[in-house]
Amino acid sequence: MADSTPTVITTSTKTGAPTVIADDVHVVYKVNGGSTKGRGSATSALSRIASRKATPGIREVHAVKGVSFVARKGEAIGLIGSNGSGKSTLLKAVAGLLPTAKGRIFTQGQPSLLGVNAALMNDLTGERNVTLGGLAMGMSREEVRDRYDDIVEFSGINEKGDFISLPMRTYSSGMGARLRFSIAAAKSHDVLLIDEALSTGDARFQRRSQERIEELRAEAGTVFLVSHSNGTIKQTCDRAIWLESGILRMDGPAEEVVAAYEEYTKKK
Amino acid sequence: MSQTAAPPAPPAPAQDTRPVDPDQGLDAAELAAKYGLTVSGARPSLKEYVQQLWERRHFISAFATAKLTAQYSEAKLGQIWQLMTPLLNATVYYFIFGVLMGTKQGVPDYIPFLVTGVFIWTFTANSIMSGTRAITGNMGLVRALHFPRASLPIALALQQLQQLLFSIAALAMILVAVGVYPAVSWLIAVPALVLQAMFNTGLSLAMARVASKTPDVSQLMPFVLRTWMYVSGVMWSLPQLMTRSSLPHGLVKVLQYNPAAVYIDLMRFALIHSFKAKQLPPHVWAVAGGWAVLALVAGFIYFWKAEEKYGRG
Repeated sequence: MADSTPTVITTSTKTGAPTVIADDVHVVYKVNGGSTKGRGSATSALSRIASRKATPGIREVHAVKGVSFVARKGEAIGLIGSNGSGKSTLLKAVAGLLPTAKGRIFTQGQPSLLGVNAALMNDLTGERNVTLGGLAMGMSREEVRDRYDDIVEFSGINEKGDFISLPMRTYSSGMGARLRFSIAAAKSHDVLLIDEALSTGDARFQRRSQERIEELRAEAGTVFLVSHSNGTIKQTCDRAIWLESGILRMDGPAEEVVAAYEEYTKKK
Repeated sequence: MSQTAAPPAPPAPAQDTRPVDPDQGLDAAELAAKYGLTVSGARPSLKEYVQQLWERRHFISAFATAKLTAQYSEAKLGQIWQLMTPLLNATVYYFIFGVLMGTKQGVPDYIPFLVTGVFIWTFTANSIMSGTRAITGNMGLVRALHFPRASLPIALALQQLQQLLFSIAALAMILVAVGVYPAVSWLIAVPALVLQAMFNTGLSLAMARVASKTPDVSQLMPFVLRTWMYVSGVMWSLPQLMTRSSLPHGLVKVLQYNPAAVYIDLMRFALIHSFKAKQLPPHVWAVAGGWAVLALVAGFIYFWKAEEKYGRG
C-alpha cells in the first residue's frame, strides 16, 4: 500500500533534502487551563469545586486542522492567511513549542523560532540585551562577544547616537524591533521560523533584513516567514502556504498563492 | 505545482504534493527516517538534561544578574536599593520585635541575632516565591525559545543568592555598628550559605513545577511561608521558647531541625560570637547537608519529569 507512493511526496518544486515534514498536524489550544488567574466569577469557581469538575471551564480552540507539507533545504516559505488563521500556531508547533493534538512534525535538527524578544528585558540597556538574547538562543559567551559589533551595526541602533547603552524601554518601537531581529538573525539555524518580524522597521531596514534572510537561507536551509505584507512574501519567498481557519487552502509558488489569496480577500 | 483545497480538504489527487490521506502518513515517517528527521519536543534523559543545563550556565547567570539589575532600574536611587531594602527590613523587624514586643529578653546581641534570622529566612522565602513564578511568569520565554526549563528556577534562585550577598554586606555593617567585629569564624558562613542555596534551589525547582500546573499555589504560599517563618525562630530563640513555654520538648526539637531553623542557626553561629556551639542542635552539619542534598536532588528530578510539558497547552 504505502510502498508504491513515496515518490508522490517527493514531487515538490524543489529537490533538496526535506527539513520539515508536517504530517496531518492538528493543534488544539486549551484556553483558561489555569495559567490565567482570576478568570470566571468566584461563585462559578465555588460551584465547580462543589461539583468536583476535573477540568474547570477549559475551552478548546482547534487552531490548526490537519495541515501537511514537506519543506526542503533552500526553500523560503511564506505563510499567509487572515488574522487567527493559525499561522503562528503552526510555526510554534513546527518549533516544537506546542504539542500536536494529532499528527506529527518531523524536523531536521531543532527549528528556531525567531522569538528572542521574549528573553529581552526593557529595563536593561540594548548592550546587555544583546548579550542576554544571544545567550538565550544558546550562543556561548565567546560567540556573543565575536558577533556583538555585527549585531549592533546591523540593527543600525547607533546610527543616530549612542542608543545601545540606553535602556530598551527608551527605544521607539521600530528601533526595538530592529534590535530584536538583529539579535535573532545573528545565529545560523537549520530551520528558521520568522513571525511578522519584518512588519516594523523602515524601508532601509526591511531591505537589509530581506538580504539577511537570503543569507540565512543559503547558509542554513529552510526559512519560514509569517507576514501580512503580500509584497514581502512575494519578494522574500519562493513558495507560499495559505492557511484559512486552520486549514491549508493552497500550497505552491509564492506568486500564484499570493494572487489567489488577494483574490479571496477582495471578495470578502 | 500548486492546488487549492476548499475546507474540509478533499481526497488528494494523484499528483498531490502533500501527504493528505492516512495511507501516506506512513510515507511521511519513512521520508523522515530516510533523511534523519526527528520529532521535536521530547524530554531528554537526566544525563543529557544536566549536560544541556551546564551548556546554558552563562545564560542562567546572565538571566539572574539581568533580573537583579532590572529590579531597581526605575528607582531614582537605583542599585542603592539593593542595600537599602534589607537595612529597612531589619529596622522594621527590630522596631516591632525588639522595641515594641520586647522579644529580645534573654538573647544577647539581639540586633544581629534578629537581623541574621530575617535575612537568612528571606533568602529561603524569596527563593520559594520566585520559584512559583519561574514558569508561569516567563511563559513568553518558555513558548518562544528552546532551553532546559530548569534554567529559569535555577536562575531565580541564583538571583536570590546575589540579593542575599547584598544583604550580607548590610548585615556586616550592622554587626560592626553594634560592636560585633569580623573574625575567622565568619568563614563558616560560606559552607552554610552553599548548603542553604542548594536547599533553596531544590525547593524553587519543585515549586516551579507545582505552580506551572496549579498557579493558585502562589496565592497560598505567603500563608505557608509566614507560618514557617514564625516556627523557625527567626525573631526568637527556639531553646528559650522551650524553657519559657509549655510546648512539649519533642516539638521544639522538631522545629529546631527544620531546614530554615538549621540554616539560620548555622549563620548566627558563624557571625555572632555570643551565639555558642552548644546552642546548635546536635549533628547540625549533617542535618544541614542532608536537607540540602535531599531538596536539590528530589526537586531537580521532580522538575525534569515534566520538562516537555512546560508552557504547552
